[in-house]
Amino acid sequence: MPRPPQINSKPQNFKKSLKRTFSYTRRFYGPLIIAIFLAVITTVITLISPNFVSRITDLISTNLGGTIPLNKIIKTCVIALILYAVSAVLNYIVGFIMVTITNVVSKNLRKDISRKINVLPLSFLDSTTHGEVLSRITNDVDTVSSSLNNSLLSLVTSLLMIVGSLVAMFIKNYILALCAIATSLIGLLFVGLVMKFSQKHFIAQQRALGQLNGHIEEIYAGHNIVKAYNAEDEVKTKFDKINNSLYTSAWKSQFISGMMMPIMNFIGNLSFVIVCVVGGVLFAKGIIPSFGTIAAFIIYTRLFSQPLNQLAQVATQLQSALAASERVFEVLDQEELPAEHATKQITDCKGNVEFSHVRFGYNPDRVIIKDFSAKIKSGQKVAIVGPTGAGKTTLVNLLMRFYEVDSGKICIDGIDTRDLTRENVHDLFSMVLQDTWIYEGSIKDNVIYSKEGVTSQDVVAACKTVGLHHFIKTLPNGYDTILDENTSISAGQKQLLTIARAMLQNSPMLILDEATSSVDTRLELLIQKAMDALTENRTSFIIAHRLSTIKNADLILVMRDGDVVEKGTHAELLSQNGFYAELYNSQFEE
Amino acid sequence: MFQILKRLKAREYCLLVLITGLITLLVWLELEIPSYIEKLTPLIEAKAPSSEIWKIGGKMLLCAFGVLVSSIAMNFCSAKMAAGFSQRLRKDIFYTVEGFSLEQIQKFSTASLITRSTNDVTQIQGFLSMGIHVLIRSPITAIWALCKISSAAWQSSVATAGAVVVLVVTIIIAVSLALPRFKKMQTLTDNINRVTRENLEGVRVVRAYNAEDYEGKKFEKANDALTKNSTFAGRVMSIMNPVMSFINTSLTIVIYWIGSVLISRSPALASQNIIFGQTMAFSSMAMQVVTSFMLLTMVFVMLPRASVSAKRINEILTTPSTIVGGEFNGETEEKGTVEFKNVNFCYPDAEENVLENITFSVKRGQSVAFIGSTGSGKSTLINLIPRFYDISAGQILVDGVDIKDYQLSALRNKIGYISQRAVMFSGSVKDNLIFGDNGKPEPDDDKLDNVLDVACADFVSKMEGQKDAYIAQGGTNVSGGQKQRLSIARGLARDPEILIFDDTFSALDYKTDKKLRSNLKKAYPNTTKLIVAQRIGTIKDCDQIVVLDNGRMVGIGKHKALLKNCDIYREIALSQLSKEEL
Repeated sequence: MPRPPQINSKPQNFKKSLKRTFSYTRRFYGPLIIAIFLAVITTVITLISPNFVSRITDLISTNLGGTIPLNKIIKTCVIALILYAVSAVLNYIVGFIMVTITNVVSKNLRKDISRKINVLPLSFLDSTTHGEVLSRITNDVDTVSSSLNNSLLSLVTSLLMIVGSLVAMFIKNYILALCAIATSLIGLLFVGLVMKFSQKHFIAQQRALGQLNGHIEEIYAGHNIVKAYNAEDEVKTKFDKINNSLYTSAWKSQFISGMMMPIMNFIGNLSFVIVCVVGGVLFAKGIIPSFGTIAAFIIYTRLFSQPLNQLAQVATQLQSALAASERVFEVLDQEELPAEHATKQITDCKGNVEFSHVRFGYNPDRVIIKDFSAKIKSGQKVAIVGPTGAGKTTLVNLLMRFYEVDSGKICIDGIDTRDLTRENVHDLFSMVLQDTWIYEGSIKDNVIYSKEGVTSQDVVAACKTVGLHHFIKTLPNGYDTILDENTSISAGQKQLLTIARAMLQNSPMLILDEATSSVDTRLELLIQKAMDALTENRTSFIIAHRLSTIKNADLILVMRDGDVVEKGTHAELLSQNGFYAELYNSQFEE
Repeated sequence: MFQILKRLKAREYCLLVLITGLITLLVWLELEIPSYIEKLTPLIEAKAPSSEIWKIGGKMLLCAFGVLVSSIAMNFCSAKMAAGFSQRLRKDIFYTVEGFSLEQIQKFSTASLITRSTNDVTQIQGFLSMGIHVLIRSPITAIWALCKISSAAWQSSVATAGAVVVLVVTIIIAVSLALPRFKKMQTLTDNINRVTRENLEGVRVVRAYNAEDYEGKKFEKANDALTKNSTFAGRVMSIMNPVMSFINTSLTIVIYWIGSVLISRSPALASQNIIFGQTMAFSSMAMQVVTSFMLLTMVFVMLPRASVSAKRINEILTTPSTIVGGEFNGETEEKGTVEFKNVNFCYPDAEENVLENITFSVKRGQSVAFIGSTGSGKSTLINLIPRFYDISAGQILVDGVDIKDYQLSALRNKIGYISQRAVMFSGSVKDNLIFGDNGKPEPDDDKLDNVLDVACADFVSKMEGQKDAYIAQGGTNVSGGQKQRLSIARGLARDPEILIFDDTFSALDYKTDKKLRSNLKKAYPNTTKLIVAQRIGTIKDCDQIVVLDNGRMVGIGKHKALLKNCDIYREIALSQLSKEEL
């Protein structure tokens, strides 16, 4: 039993993805370098800050019992505070730059995906679910940008901090330094173990959550079926099962990952005591000059272990970011529609269309259209009929060059469509599809769509022709009514809107792919009349389920298994008493 | 939020008490640690032997270990509590939604119900595991630590208080500036999603109209808005980190400053030593106070988000199902009859009736068709029988008993309902066929083969694994027509008394439509069939045809009679077939 594919959360090619993600920051190399430079300064300030504490402590402890050099202490304090303030300001500037860069980078990533959608071949889009593309444009881009924001700088500062604190510690005292490093490494080991254990449960949690989502989604969507089939108990049992496993993985992952902080705290305390003990011994022996060194060391151990933990986190974050960026680039790397080298252009279209020996399959081993030839004269109304899967819609895909023929050719006015630009081909047709496509926007916008120079009168006229004008007038905002989820507009009315849209387009040829299937037959009759006006003197292709709609066609092409098996007018075909007649009569027979 | 928390049960309250106890222990131990630092400092200063240092250091480590153990125990309790509570919450929501009527589902919208059952619960879970712990811990730490250091110099306390105030004010300002943007972020992301989805769904239209640039501009606008918004929010929020670390580091310096001033004023060495130790302890204690206030503020920032989720969840949980079953167990003498008596139906809040004064009756084994133009109410009518909606007036009888008297499951056991939009669930073909429960034993393989046969679903035998073939979520790996035939087979597998076809046949081509109808007639002669249809051909031979127009019955009878005396029926028929064909 084939299973749905698993989503990969690990990057396939670490280096390559990293490089490409960074290439998106190219425009910002300047600000990026400034940010890194400033980050280095603040790291250095953080690194020298223990010295202030240690100096103050020394100044106090060495003078205990005597006069405290207050002036010196205050001077140190003031310098420290000023440096801290400078570091805070610089830190903010760094944050500001990074936020700006990451936002622009993710904006560009989103833009590139969106642009890509419109240059990808339909074969890719038809085989990918919309959800998948959408999740790349939002979730994946978000993951990339947020980890870029967090990890890029932490990577730099953490490394710097580790090296800096190591150097500082060894300069002060190597024995103490080794002690501090040893305890920190033990801590790191524990943290690593915890992360490894919790990772497993986090993945389990993610999976259970995904399953739960899927289950809920399909059950809520199929609510009436669940009810009608008394399947409440069944779906509840399944829900409980998933919910239980979610519970187990949720508490485990939370529990195990929650151990991280306490362990780190304990290690911190441990190293504190060890530094105190060892430092005390060294101080007593006079190896360490002052008590302040110990105080500073305590801070250095923290400065050393903190970025270590941070690095571990950055590593996992970077991993998921790169995995996400790979998913983004996977879309961006898809092969685009081949570049066009149009040699000809049709401006004044007569509407003669010829298919000659067209062969096509969505994949090479399944040929849909075998050897399709037909000659359509200017102004003819051509109907294409046939059972589901006969290849009717495929013909439209080829005619519009949504897909390219494997062999043979399609000519318009004697010119091979491959010698034209796709844009030119599209301009020659107005198209109405079975799936009505309405976007969120006003009725007027939906009718006009991308056409320029359309007046309100044109819109009203088109809507009047399809019989929508009255309905639109009854809506609260008339033609400016926004169509969204909350507007109640029936499937038939949506269909009429798309027909009005096609009318405005006013192209020399017309394609209607099951355009009236969601309209009831009485309404269809009305549309038919409008259509007849529209199809007059225009070559038009009509694909229909209901044979009643195409009876007055000039030419009926009967398709079966990718070939035209019969052609002629309604009367001719009926008298042939062949496949068409069989199809047609099955409406009435018993 | 409180209403949700009322759902906590005894077990969770016990855990909460336990958590509070453990936190108190933890805070006590944690605050003991600085006092050891206080003791260690003079020891080292005095160059005491390392065994002395070990003694105090060992005690301190013991405390630290106690903190470790109690933190882990506390973490265990809180993980169990948060996960357990959200598990129950999810279950309650899912069960409640399962009890909803179709109308209630539509009112909430499926998408919103899904987010409420998952994301919103995750929000609450996050709040419980993080928030509750901080809410208990921070005040205890803050108060305890304040008490401990209040014996020391008041000047340092003032400095700490000042730091806390600056911190809290910064967080509040930053968050109140950024929060509205964060709220807007969701809408803007939805916008991006919508525009992209529209582009994807209409990709053929977009290309046919050469509207790529138009779509590009639409996306650009949504993208700009999102970027602007999130850039602003991000810039505001990035002030938090620098301010916090500045406060942390400078507070230490300030405390030392104050300490040194105090020491310089103190005359004796002994008291100087004490103040010095106190100062060091104070600096770590002060850090505790500042941190706990910081966490506390963060929780209050999280709170509004969690309470929005809580409110949305509550809306579901407090909505009672509008459709409640009766007592009757469904055992009737009469089988397979349906009767409508003066039925009216109107959506709540709507002014006009969708259906008005519908009266007809169906005998066992009869087939009845409902026809009418879009919006005539034919689908609504048959959805009233399984009580997906409840009628506003009149009465519907199934097997001679008012449907409101039946237990819901008893009523639905009599019915095989096949919806307009074929719904498939992820699982095998077989899982989909035996879906649900009809009070009868599960159908065996022969039976399943038989119903697949009747439903013309012979394609199943060509699928990989036949009846065990995998159907993806939403049935995306089978075609629309195949889904429809499977859903018919599913209806038949129940062996119902009454079959309801809600515009099921329109998605099939004429030949399959015809074959299926004749199969049904042969294999299920005693089953009552109610059919909503668009094609005259589909219903020509039904025992009764009910013609609807604008929610009213305008004709009832057989095909021939209706052709003669029902104008609307004749119009529909003529729109599909020519005069000679009729």
